[in-house]
Amino acid sequence: MKKIYKILTAAFIFSIFIACNNENKETTTATDNAPTTSAGGQEAVQDDDSQKDIVKIAVGSKDHTTLVAALKQADYVTSLSNAGPFTVFAPTNAAFDKLPAGTVDGLMKADKKLDLQNIIEYHVSIGVFKEDMMQDGQKIDQANNNKITISKGADGKIKVNGTANILAAIPASNGLVYVIDEVLLPPAKN
Amino acid sequence: MKIFQPKNLQYLFIAAFAFFFMESCKPKGTQSAATGDASKAYVAPGKYDEFYNFVSGGFSGQMAVYGLPSGRLLRVIPVFSTDPEKGWGYSEETKPMLNTSHGFVPWDDAHHPEMSQTNGEVDGRWVFINGNNTPRIARIDLTTFRTAEIIEIPNSAGNHSSAFITQNTEYVVAGTRFSVPPDDANGDVPIDTYKQNFKGNVSFIKVDSVSGNMKIAFQIRTPGVNFDLSHAGKGNSHGWFFFSCYNSEQANTLLEVNASQRDKDFIMAVNWKKAEEYLKAGKGRKQAVRYAHNTYSDKTHSATSKIETEITILDSKELADMVYLIPCPKSPHGCDVDPTGEYIVGSGKLAALVPVFSFTKLQKAIADKAFDGDYEGIPVIKYEAALHGEVKKPGLGPLHTEFDEKGNAYTSMFVSSEIVKWNVKSLEILDRVPTYYSIGHLMVPGGDSRKPFGKYLVGYNKITKDRYLPTGPELAQSAQLYDISGDKMKLILDFPTIGEPHYAQAAPAGLISKNSLKFFKIEENEHPYVSKGEGQAKVTRDGNKVHINITSIRSHFNPDNIEGVRVGDEVYFHLTNLEQDWDVPHGFSVKGANNSELLVMPGETQTLKWVPEKAGMYPFYCTDFCSALHQEMQGYIRISPAGSNVPLSFSTGKTPTPAAGKTATPATK
Repeated sequence: MKKIYKILTAAFIFSIFIACNNENKETTTATDNAPTTSAGGQEAVQDDDSQKDIVKIAVGSKDHTTLVAALKQADYVTSLSNAGPFTVFAPTNAAFDKLPAGTVDGLMKADKKLDLQNIIEYHVSIGVFKEDMMQDGQKIDQANNNKITISKGADGKIKVNGTANILAAIPASNGLVYVIDEVLLPPAKN
Repeated sequence: MKIFQPKNLQYLFIAAFAFFFMESCKPKGTQSAATGDASKAYVAPGKYDEFYNFVSGGFSGQMAVYGLPSGRLLRVIPVFSTDPEKGWGYSEETKPMLNTSHGFVPWDDAHHPEMSQTNGEVDGRWVFINGNNTPRIARIDLTTFRTAEIIEIPNSAGNHSSAFITQNTEYVVAGTRFSVPPDDANGDVPIDTYKQNFKGNVSFIKVDSVSGNMKIAFQIRTPGVNFDLSHAGKGNSHGWFFFSCYNSEQANTLLEVNASQRDKDFIMAVNWKKAEEYLKAGKGRKQAVRYAHNTYSDKTHSATSKIETEITILDSKELADMVYLIPCPKSPHGCDVDPTGEYIVGSGKLAALVPVFSFTKLQKAIADKAFDGDYEGIPVIKYEAALHGEVKKPGLGPLHTEFDEKGNAYTSMFVSSEIVKWNVKSLEILDRVPTYYSIGHLMVPGGDSRKPFGKYLVGYNKITKDRYLPTGPELAQSAQLYDISGDKMKLILDFPTIGEPHYAQAAPAGLISKNSLKFFKIEENEHPYVSKGEGQAKVTRDGNKVHINITSIRSHFNPDNIEGVRVGDEVYFHLTNLEQDWDVPHGFSVKGANNSELLVMPGETQTLKWVPEKAGMYPFYCTDFCSALHQEMQGYIRISPAGSNVPLSFSTGKTPTPAAGKTATPATK
């Protein structure tokens, strides 16, 4: 039964593909001289000149493949390629590995998309929060409407939610990326 | 009852006949007017257009950029008129672009864009366009889509027969519509001394092949007539330029009657290679003049205006073999050369035919001296000797002709509101379509070059009475797009334009889009007041001038709190947009500023001058919705009374100290 469903789905997708193809054929007559637009939205625009945005920085980092996969699964690639400005706390692959086994795989399942989005949003602040503007005890509103807490030690070192260390600060065209060594987990919902 | 009496029957017949006649007399094409193969103009969301279309804005003074076939308006490039939207003519950097020998001129009438060419083919580098009223030629750079240079034309008035180029953009030419007493002569003479005192001029402006910079190489002094349009020879006729002229009657009043008396006016053929020889041989005469030459630098992000004081005149009366006149019926308007360069089409707007001249025959006529006397010293070629043939009964009011790559010509008919397609060699009329209404110019992409792209044709109409929703006394003028890929022309789209569209140009999109600049590199910014980072933001006082080097980046200004500025100060906000990202301009405006906003591209610096007249608190903010926190992108400048001792200070992100939180006592001396 499951197999039949899969075949049907595949057939359906194929038929859409065919239909789309036909449509493309019709419009090419009007645009055969035209330079092509990127089919993948603003994040796919070929632009080697501009300063890299947050998504491009993450995609370019070998330490952030898990985060990039999560952004794709959560459909947040276009949003984080937006004008911003954002401050994104970007956990490394090692940070994700610290989570209990199976957590990431679980979140990557289709029916957990809202949970994944909630976690990603908890790593994003709207606005540019530079380190020198951060104060001990400062609370910052995150995109999922929860707050993170900044602590600043006597040595000036900043921790997020008491445990996550900032490993690097990378300016992006649309904000700022803080590479962190722990995944920030939003408070449990009431 | 008398109903069926023969007499009544007759009336019935007449009525029936009249009804039938009325039906057939409905303006042709009212049915086809309502149709249109819209699918051919449809460019799906997310798809690019096939062609860029550069359309003159006429009395708006600007140039509009549309996509074809969609008719989508992509951009309005300010050229000769100020544009508060872009700060053009308002920012300190752009003001010099509108300088002339008459001072700052904030408006003009832009008619004929012409794209640069290499070997007679559109090369996508620059667009030249004329300003009619205070005669000027502008060059628009197609990497930035901005006006890069404007040069004023001396000895001219009504710079209409412009801005047309030679096939390698060696020259852009400018022909005067009004003949006038030359700039160095006494112009304070009776108007009815036209014949003695008024002279015509056509200017050849050399274009630097790398930078595009313009320089008037020479002017050809001609008898007093009106020059209307022009086009360069190409291929075999490269080295020649053809100008239509009317008012060979030399009337100085009521031209609508007095300039229409002669059966024929002229196409003036100029051998510009010969003119170059004369110039080189020192046959030119230096004339003292004054004209402005304005250039914009993308390095300093500023324009400079220079007044030039000399020009070289080559006199058509004195220098043989340089200028000839070809008779052309009744006040020719368009003067168009086919892609081979062999055929020159003159469209007498009051003529019932379109004469087509042959360059080969013209050369033979010159060699044979087949002249019909002279006109103020210029040989007049015998009409038949240069004539290839006439397009008979083309329509009413022929104006302009463009070409496709298949040997066909397309002529606009103003009076009969139609486009007529005819074969250039056989002169046979092949097709005609109505326009709605009163078409002026028309345009085929590359249609005045050696390589037309005869897929589309656009007609530019003056009257649109039943085409768009009424908008008060003034209605939008229109462009109408036709598919000309088949034997018959088919209307596919109808879209409104800015100002009044005159001539236009179009080129394949790929030729231009690949060179389009994304932003200015901040490290290459040589503006004297640039801030190449927030750390360089500062406020300095120089007498009563206060210079504020201010930066913008998503989503704040630095500084955004400024104090210590006084009534009587001249404030200069030098805003540098620190972004290095495509499509992220920041705007700037301050309350009460009596000029315009600034709209500053990434990596660029622009300056707003502001003279505060009253003490108080003046907010400023970003005018371009740049980011999620655009509405937070704001600041305050405190203006104290003249003589105040509030110290000059500036900051961003400084939290109030307890002392500063208290109400400050007025700090006047």
